[in-house]
Amino acid sequence: MTIAFPKPDETVLARRKEIVEGLGRLVASEALIVSEDERRAFETDGLTSYRQMPLAVVLPSTTEEVAAIMRFCHEHGVKVVPRGAGTSLCGGAIPQEDAIVLGVAKMNRVLDVNFEGRTARVQSGITNLGISQAVAHEGFFYAPDPSSQLACTIAGNIAMNSGGAHCLKYGVTTNNLLGVTLVLLDGTVVEIGGEHLDSPGYDLLGLICGSEGQLGVVTEAVVRILRAAEGARPALFGFSTVEDAGACTAAIIGAGIIPVALEYMDKPAIQICEAFAHAGYPLDVEAMLIVEVEGSDAEIDDMLRRIVAIAEPFRPKTMKVSQSEAESAAIWKGRKSAFGATGRIADYICMDGTIPTGQLPYVLNRIDEIVKSYGLGVANVFHAGDGNLHPLVMFNTNVPGEMEKAEKAGEDILKLCVEVGGCLTGEHGVGIEKRDLMTYQFNATDLEQQMRVRGVFDPRWLLNPAKVFPLEGRLAA
Amino acid sequence: MTTHTPRDEQDASIIIREAADKGTLLNVSGNGTKAPMGRPNQTDASISSSALTGITLYEPSELVISARSGTPVLEVMRILAAKGQELPFEPMDYRALLGTKGEPTIGAVAALNLSGPRRIMAGAARDSLIGVRFVNGRGEVVKSGGRVMKNVTGLDLVKLMAGSWGTLGFLTEVTFKVLPKQERMATLAIRGLDDRQAIEALSMALGSPFDVTGAAHVPDRDRRGGTTLIRLEGFRVSVDYRMNELKRLLKRFRFMDLLEGVGAEALWQSVRDVALLTDQGERAVWRVSTAPMKGPDLVAQVAQSLDAQWFYDWGGGLIWISTPTKGDAGASVLREATRAFGGHATLVRAPAEIRSSLDVFEPQPDALMTLTRGIKASFDPAGILNPGRMYAGI
Repeated sequence: MTIAFPKPDETVLARRKEIVEGLGRLVASEALIVSEDERRAFETDGLTSYRQMPLAVVLPSTTEEVAAIMRFCHEHGVKVVPRGAGTSLCGGAIPQEDAIVLGVAKMNRVLDVNFEGRTARVQSGITNLGISQAVAHEGFFYAPDPSSQLACTIAGNIAMNSGGAHCLKYGVTTNNLLGVTLVLLDGTVVEIGGEHLDSPGYDLLGLICGSEGQLGVVTEAVVRILRAAEGARPALFGFSTVEDAGACTAAIIGAGIIPVALEYMDKPAIQICEAFAHAGYPLDVEAMLIVEVEGSDAEIDDMLRRIVAIAEPFRPKTMKVSQSEAESAAIWKGRKSAFGATGRIADYICMDGTIPTGQLPYVLNRIDEIVKSYGLGVANVFHAGDGNLHPLVMFNTNVPGEMEKAEKAGEDILKLCVEVGGCLTGEHGVGIEKRDLMTYQFNATDLEQQMRVRGVFDPRWLLNPAKVFPLEGRLAA
Repeated sequence: MTTHTPRDEQDASIIIREAADKGTLLNVSGNGTKAPMGRPNQTDASISSSALTGITLYEPSELVISARSGTPVLEVMRILAAKGQELPFEPMDYRALLGTKGEPTIGAVAALNLSGPRRIMAGAARDSLIGVRFVNGRGEVVKSGGRVMKNVTGLDLVKLMAGSWGTLGFLTEVTFKVLPKQERMATLAIRGLDDRQAIEALSMALGSPFDVTGAAHVPDRDRRGGTTLIRLEGFRVSVDYRMNELKRLLKRFRFMDLLEGVGAEALWQSVRDVALLTDQGERAVWRVSTAPMKGPDLVAQVAQSLDAQWFYDWGGGLIWISTPTKGDAGASVLREATRAFGGHATLVRAPAEIRSSLDVFEPQPDALMTLTRGIKASFDPAGILNPGRMYAGI
């Protein structure tokens, strides 16, 4: 437990009763969670090793209610931690003792779907998958697909600028978002963007996306929906060395092919996933690539033929092009169960740095050395096409000190990512997890410019204030 | 008037810091090919990126290129083409439309968020822009983003810089995600459709699984028909297959031709660069962005009270409209239409006296203008960088 929270404001804690009463006048009683038992469900998110009990939790049903709550908190100097489904892996939704949680999960309706114009307007508490499900009957889908898509909300996706396995072709949230209804801290409701492809003035939509709940609360979103491809098929390649797998990735992209997904798994990850999912993965290889292409059967055949030809010089020990729906499902089942399967054999923390793909072999070797130096193990699964790594650093919670070691190893890995020209987080966000590492990627001037922009929206640090920026060196109002 | 041409970031920092101290208003530019756009502003001196040139990083297998901001777009494209790659968003070239000369810079592509027909498929310049370095109005060197395409570390200042017209900072280096240039391009041309039928056809094509990369409609002069263009790009096998499927899908719109080769490329370039309106000399040109299905209604309302010429890109969502340069060049009519149908209108070409007498960019609601002013001040507290180029007081 090495990440600190700011000391709670005693005067706010002392006013808890009054604050709860004030909120009670703004929403129906069932929308206000006060009891300790019920609040406990909100004390953490996907980063479960950190917990903080919030003052209260409000679950509004309308933009007007959100505005009223924000205005109240603004007037009374109460901190607000916005929350979607609470699946953040970086602690983005973890509360503070002197803050209320403002959850948008009740606002989960599809408001309008325009297939001709290829847009959908939704309330922000809808799940990521919920959007795709709402448009699937016409063959459409919403493209960014984080692995938590069953549970995570579009509000959270916007806050974190979430990615997914298919962003090599389709981009991340910011590339698929056309508009938002945003409630500012003082309760002002603004519309940014709309159903058109660009907006006048500064790109506020681009700024909001990935701002981790520090600039306002998004209550509605307009997203682009796309017509799904006719079909998709993966192929699997096993290599004797990490270098071969890395070079093969570069060769595929160098040949002008952008597969819809290009996933990498190392030996430990292959073993763990195969034991769990029986996906038919090769157990005698050091690294494996899953390459998926889309289109009609003929197009897929053509593309996979090209990819196989590209892979051959790298002497793959295994080459398997999926021949059926069942085989495709098995190949993906293994990959998609990576986190769950790892969780069955060990506790782990999931890192999320991005590196220039040319550095892949070097970085993977270094990650191995780093983790071993702490006496721990690591499994690597990641999006190879874009260099977004997900090393799973494994440890045992019951062994005193191991979790701290894992955190230290994770920190070293992220520093390594920055060192080779990459970044601390590719799709999970900074949250509390990477907050204190920000100074490795940014200098004081870079961070101050970001904080000054933050200050335009929230000069008093009331919105999700424990996150993103190191507690030291913060710009005061 | 002094024109500063810094040779490096440090130089730029010193120039801007001094300007901030003295309150010297700076015109921020590249090679000035877009100078006749935006609100005319009065400045005391200029700072140009023209001496900040050169590719600083290019890794074809990582799909990334970095260049100093004054590097000609042409050079970036040439270097990418040598490795079979391109800028995915197909940046438009304003020179013909504006009647300017010189080499457009890659920095301006970022600063003005310049995109072309492929925007519907590959995103705008801002979607491919993954890293920037710039000097803010305090003279501080700031970086945001980087060289990797997946990066959510901190606030996305890259997006703020994209399309900020030099009002937030002087860009010194930009980094773009690039993509392979496709093996084959083919265009389906449908003749004789009116605006509504054309946008319907484009909508069907864009709603198909065939990854349409261009969707434009150019009405004939007599407005009774026009040419509707649908572009596919990809591997040969794929384009052949998809073109057949597309023809089948759109078979109720008869009179179809297949366009390929140099002629088709030139045609898309003329869509991209608005060449279809440039031969009209002194007319004003507007760029209207709206929901694609509302394009024809918006245009019909405008054409009722204005002598307008127009064509559509982005499946109907981007409309280029030319109007007479009388009075407000049609501003009140266009803005009434964008209020009614949603979207916004920018006056791209007009004599300076018209551009200085009205809002060149769509006026924004008060709350958004308050944020805009705050953001401007957070980068440029003295208000010295391209003051008034976008909005009065910004």
